Amino acid sequence: MPEIRVTPLGAGQDVGRSCILVSIAGKNVMLDCGMHMGYNDDRRFPDFSYITQSGRLTDFLDCVIISHFHLDHCGALPYFSEMVGYDGPIYMTHPTQAICPILLEDYRKIAVDKKGEANFFTSQMIKDCMKKVVAVHLHQTVQVDDELEIKAYYAGHVLGAAMFQIKVGSESVVYTGDYNMTPDRHLGAAWIDKCRPNLLITESTYATTIRDSKRCRERDFLKKVHETVERGGKVLIPVFALGRAQELCILLETFWERMNLKVPIYFSTGLTEKANHYYKLFITWTNQKIRKTFVQRNMFEFKHIKAFDRAFADNPGPMVVFATPGMLHAGQSLQIFRKWAGNEKNMVIMPGYCVQGTVGHKILSGQRKLEMEGRQVLEVKMQVEYMSFSAHADAKGIMQLVGQAEPESVLLVHGEAKKMEFLRQKIEQEFRVSCYMPANGETVTLPTSPSIPVGISLGLLKREMAQGLLPEAKKPRLLHGTLIMKDSSFRLVSSEQALKELGLTEHQLRFTCRVHLQDTRKEQETALRVYSHLKNTLKDHCVQHLPDGSVTVESILIQAAAHSEDPGTKVLLVSWTYQDEELGSFLTALLKNGLPQAPS
Amino acid sequence: MAAHLKKRVYEEFTKVVQQQQEEITTKKLRLTKPSKSAALHIDLCKATSPADALQYLLQFARKPVEAESVEGVVRILLEHYYKENDPSVRLKIASLLGLLSKTAGFSPDCIMDDAINILQNEKSHQVLAQLLDTLLAIGSKLPENQAIQLRLVDVACKHLTDTSHGVRNKCLQLLGNLGSLEKSVTKDAEGLTARDVQKIIGDYFSDQDPRVRTAAIKAMLQLHERGLKLHQTIYNQACKLLSDDYEQVRSAAVQLIWVVSQLYPESIVPIPSSNEEIRLVDDAFGKICHMVSDGSWVVRVQAAKLLGSMEQVSSHFLEQTLDKKLMSDLRRKRTAHERAKELYSSGEFSSGRKWGDDAPKEEIDTGAVNLIESGACGAFVHGLEDEMYEVRIAAVEALCMLAQSSPSFAEKCLDFLVDMFNDEIEEVRLQSIHTMRKISNNITLREDQLDTVLAVLEDSSRDIREALHELLCCTNVSTKEGIHLALVELLKNLAKYPTDRDSIWKCLKFLGSRHPTLVLPLVPELLSTHPFFDTAEPDMDDPAYIAVLVLIFNAAKTCPTMPALFSDHTFRHYAYLRDSLSHLVPALRLPGRKLVSSTVSSNIAPHEDPSQQFLQQSLDRVYSLQHLDPQGAQELLELTIRDLQRLGELQSELAGVADFSATYLQCQLLLIKALQEKLWNVAAPLYLKQSDLASAAAKQIMEETYKMEFMYSGVENKQVVIIHHMRLQAKALQLIVTARTTRGVDPLFGMCEKFLQEVDFFQRCFIADLSHLQDSFVDKLLDLMPRLMASKPAEVVKILQTMLRQSTFLHLPLPEQIHKASATIIEPAGESDNPLRFTSGLVVALDVDATLEHVQDPQSTVKVQVLYPDGQAQMIHPKPADFRNPGPGRHRLITQVYLSHTAWTEPCQVEVRLLLAYNSNARIPKFPWIEGGEVSPQVETSIEGTIPFSKPVKVYIMPKPARR
Repeated sequence: MPEIRVTPLGAGQDVGRSCILVSIAGKNVMLDCGMHMGYNDDRRFPDFSYITQSGRLTDFLDCVIISHFHLDHCGALPYFSEMVGYDGPIYMTHPTQAICPILLEDYRKIAVDKKGEANFFTSQMIKDCMKKVVAVHLHQTVQVDDELEIKAYYAGHVLGAAMFQIKVGSESVVYTGDYNMTPDRHLGAAWIDKCRPNLLITESTYATTIRDSKRCRERDFLKKVHETVERGGKVLIPVFALGRAQELCILLETFWERMNLKVPIYFSTGLTEKANHYYKLFITWTNQKIRKTFVQRNMFEFKHIKAFDRAFADNPGPMVVFATPGMLHAGQSLQIFRKWAGNEKNMVIMPGYCVQGTVGHKILSGQRKLEMEGRQVLEVKMQVEYMSFSAHADAKGIMQLVGQAEPESVLLVHGEAKKMEFLRQKIEQEFRVSCYMPANGETVTLPTSPSIPVGISLGLLKREMAQGLLPEAKKPRLLHGTLIMKDSSFRLVSSEQALKELGLTEHQLRFTCRVHLQDTRKEQETALRVYSHLKNTLKDHCVQHLPDGSVTVESILIQAAAHSEDPGTKVLLVSWTYQDEELGSFLTALLKNGLPQAPS
Repeated sequence: MAAHLKKRVYEEFTKVVQQQQEEITTKKLRLTKPSKSAALHIDLCKATSPADALQYLLQFARKPVEAESVEGVVRILLEHYYKENDPSVRLKIASLLGLLSKTAGFSPDCIMDDAINILQNEKSHQVLAQLLDTLLAIGSKLPENQAIQLRLVDVACKHLTDTSHGVRNKCLQLLGNLGSLEKSVTKDAEGLTARDVQKIIGDYFSDQDPRVRTAAIKAMLQLHERGLKLHQTIYNQACKLLSDDYEQVRSAAVQLIWVVSQLYPESIVPIPSSNEEIRLVDDAFGKICHMVSDGSWVVRVQAAKLLGSMEQVSSHFLEQTLDKKLMSDLRRKRTAHERAKELYSSGEFSSGRKWGDDAPKEEIDTGAVNLIESGACGAFVHGLEDEMYEVRIAAVEALCMLAQSSPSFAEKCLDFLVDMFNDEIEEVRLQSIHTMRKISNNITLREDQLDTVLAVLEDSSRDIREALHELLCCTNVSTKEGIHLALVELLKNLAKYPTDRDSIWKCLKFLGSRHPTLVLPLVPELLSTHPFFDTAEPDMDDPAYIAVLVLIFNAAKTCPTMPALFSDHTFRHYAYLRDSLSHLVPALRLPGRKLVSSTVSSNIAPHEDPSQQFLQQSLDRVYSLQHLDPQGAQELLELTIRDLQRLGELQSELAGVADFSATYLQCQLLLIKALQEKLWNVAAPLYLKQSDLASAAAKQIMEETYKMEFMYSGVENKQVVIIHHMRLQAKALQLIVTARTTRGVDPLFGMCEKFLQEVDFFQRCFIADLSHLQDSFVDKLLDLMPRLMASKPAEVVKILQTMLRQSTFLHLPLPEQIHKASATIIEPAGESDNPLRFTSGLVVALDVDATLEHVQDPQSTVKVQVLYPDGQAQMIHPKPADFRNPGPGRHRLITQVYLSHTAWTEPCQVEVRLLLAYNSNARIPKFPWIEGGEVSPQVETSIEGTIPFSKPVKVYIMPKPARR
């Protein structure tokens, strides 16, 4: 029995370290190769030894697919390919291919240079790893080998995020990666066609949430920034360099443009400039508005947003500053925060989630006095706002995607077990498909019934088509032909051709049947009566009376003979070939009922 | 038969050739077209290869065929069709047959038999499809003929089983257009029974080809459009099609469901998987709502649009569309809108400071949450958030329509509309502002909503701001704080964009008159009066202060207690503003003041009549003029013209008529003056110098007549005749003057001929109106026409001269509604002293913003002209998209003009003005023989030109030499 096997090495009932193994029709594919933000030890990376203990990974995996550039989806890639050893192809979209090494390099720097970790991958390894990458376009079908093909769909979420369809023969799996069903200021909504895969592997970060309209959120954000700036205060927005930062930049930029504001906006430099460069390049991956207007002006060429310099923080007057990192735990954002915290006119807006223990988390939970290093106490007088700008699909969005793709079964990853449970029930209830949510290392096996294509000769098809009256698209139709299985190919041909090909001669198979009739008249007359009876009954068929006294209906022959013993009884000899079985048996049944009384 | 035809055709052909020859000799203008069929036949016989034949057919198709010769052409085409082996040629012939049978005045029933005949023998699918199309054309030409219709339907049904989708498509189309439902109609003797067309079409809803499925649904819709009542059973079939794989099928299915829901709104349908039942229209509404989150945006647009017109939906279904049932971690969460509302009703202003302010409250029963299939749930929330702005606009429009029919829904959708004010695409923002204005009768803005609305006042787009001002004109505000807020924001707007002045004043006028009681408590604060101290008198020229006063005075109109709060200077300012801005400041009953204006305001209605009367009287006086001596006539004309012009300035509603008549009188005056010239008495060689006046007058009259003809909207045919008549006179004048000034006869020959042609043209164009022109110049001219034709130029001139002198003054009937086109350039203002600097040879874009009034079809007529100091003029055609239409008769042109020049040493001014382009062809009534598309070029009928119709604006520019 053919089957699809799925084993999450990471992201099974968990967020982070996405890595899912899929075996489909004998092909093994690894989906994503991420790291876990929460750990600094071996648990950081997926356990690749699960795949194989001894042999080379390349022999076991046909390809690796990376859905987007977030580190929890691609962070373990250099480790996996260079240190563990994998030489096969790695597929990702063009923007991911461009931005991914920047993030990996940044991650490496922090791990090695700042934390001083040894035995970490090197810059060279990142470069070598990226050499193995094959970039794909949206909706481009890529043949990995003769049988395995993959295809990317737009996923929203971040620039270059994609969903992948993995297909072998008629069996297919769709992996969504992270996606967003509501468009935002710089990205469109995820979209997939009715591809009806055997299995849909979807993320479920917000399995139990239905979000409010994004417009309220945007309006709130803009209003707060605008009010503060009008009051003459400074606004600090701590962000991570890529993804949401660009969204907020666009939001503020367009607002400034619309409202004709002159207050400066700064973006703390770093890897952002490089990344922004790529955002400018990959316009086709953005949303309708940006795609349509970039001829006049590329939206990522910010008019109002300038690079930040350390000295600007002390400038008088209002300003808005985007600074990294997003949780206020170190770096520039924290420095600026310390400078501005004392003034109640200023404001800090936290656009994302903050991990416990960071300054961001503390101020969000209402702490007003912070102890900084060196026993300093920092009093926070500035306003603190929280605003959630997340780019994952909510429960409704997930359901919508499932509805769009119409899969035979669904598998949930990238979410918390408890929340998944709720969504699993819902999916099973609404769509009546089976839904799985394996934990890490747990394997789900799905039996499939792949359809087998059979070639049919055009002549036969047309002949059979011509017989039917109305074309019924979805109803099965009966077709006569011969199935030839030869060299693992299947063909349906007409029986004559089959005979010819196989060099056989056709055997005639004839049925004969005697029907006794009570009739005292002569044979010829009986035959004539039979003829007229049949002529009346079977209007659609060709009934003939031959000169030798026999009657034919199509190819069926009927002869009347006197009974040898009883002259009052006539014997009708009915004879038909195997092909006319249906008509023949009908005729005998008809004749057995007797002839109608002749109008004498 | 064919031979006979051919013969006839040849006859026609030869006859025509003769006529053409004749024409050359006698210069008769009337011509009979050469018969198409003959030429075609010859061509087709000549064709050696299918490609050739195709070429001939293509050429043939470019020219129209007159109704009489259609049948001949069709016969020839059919004959070739039988002979032709190449399917592409047959295809072309088939399509030509279809085109020809559409010719007006040709009854195609005679070719139907042939068409059906060739259809039966045709093998090629494409040609078959084309033939069916032809049959469709034939059938639609003969909607009355039941027998033919039935026969065609029969043919269509036969071909429905064809293997090609194209043929099936066309068959379905045919059925949709011609099939009828009434089975009772005469069962024809031919044995053609009327079939149940709906059943047949319905069977093809499940065809294997999506294109055929679409065609089937479209055919069904076509049946509906033709007024046949669709069966309710179709509803279920259509619902199944909603989950089709192909977007065009889904899109059509949505339409079909909508149609059925409008036909049977009240019938009851069961809800699957439960034993409840709901109204069909509700069910359909839910299904269409579901399609708002379809995968294809085409379907989404379609669905969103249709939602707007489903007015019979029950209100709780309707309200669901705005409810998304938020939750977070399985706990019910309130939307930001609900929170805002709560804050407002609890009297507290938004804190928003705390994290988790929006923390979810109550636990949700997991079983009860329905994530999808809740039908209408949140459809509009999704639609308004869609990625494609087309969908968002459709959703906004739908919201508007639904809200107009349901006040409670209007109240609910307000939050969402307000949110749309922040959309990223301007078009959507504008649309939602307009929508809001349309439903503003049903709603009252809460303060927090007003806050969001007012925030948009800072938008840099002028369109948005003006739309918002108009919205504020008709919104209801609930509190005095709201009014205050609005005023403050409007003043801020005024400070930021001073050009919005007029719009803001107008807005405040309405705001004040709508909310007198709310303005009352604000008055002392607004006027900054103090109970004890006199405060400084504000600057009267400050637009912001005027704005405040406009608000207060309009509120005071219905609030008699308010003037008591005014200080002295306020009264003085009132008097000043009432005079200078009378359209913004109403008449007030002020205590202790004389009620100057009350008499005026109380009887506005009879006020119109005297001026109307005056106009009529002065015109009557002029029209009785012919008996007066020329001197007196001139004076009277001059006086009347002056009167009329003044009247036009005073009475804006009569301006069009007054100006129009004044212009006409002006022409007449010029003509009289020109004829009074002494030059006519002097011998020809002597007056070379003086001829200036007469020829200038002729030229000016021509110009004025063009203005009269093209600058006024509402000019009717009877006026056009008079105008043309006046022009003809001017031309005669011109001819006479030229005849006297030029020596030699040769140039005169041409001119005379041209003039006579024009007379001829005039006669043909206005033959119906000639009866009104008795005793006029033309009338006499036409009498003498035969003589003129034969005489020499000198003689012609002489005759003309006498006639011109004798001709009477024609009475110009006044049109009902007449408005003069006018334009004002708002931007550039022309006041700037800073030159626009740019590098020579490169271009600089100049923003032009102008309002146009009473311009018909501005997209094609309005041009921008730039005059450089060196006399170089440049004409710019604005794009059609640059014109907006804010109100009836009003247009707004916002465009960019590119200037460029070689380097100058000094900055200098260029003039920018608007031109009205005209083309006299547009007005001339069409004649059947012109309709062929070939206007005989020898008649100089099309006169093109431009009329400047705005004041020129000067722009200071400075092209700098390029630096190397």
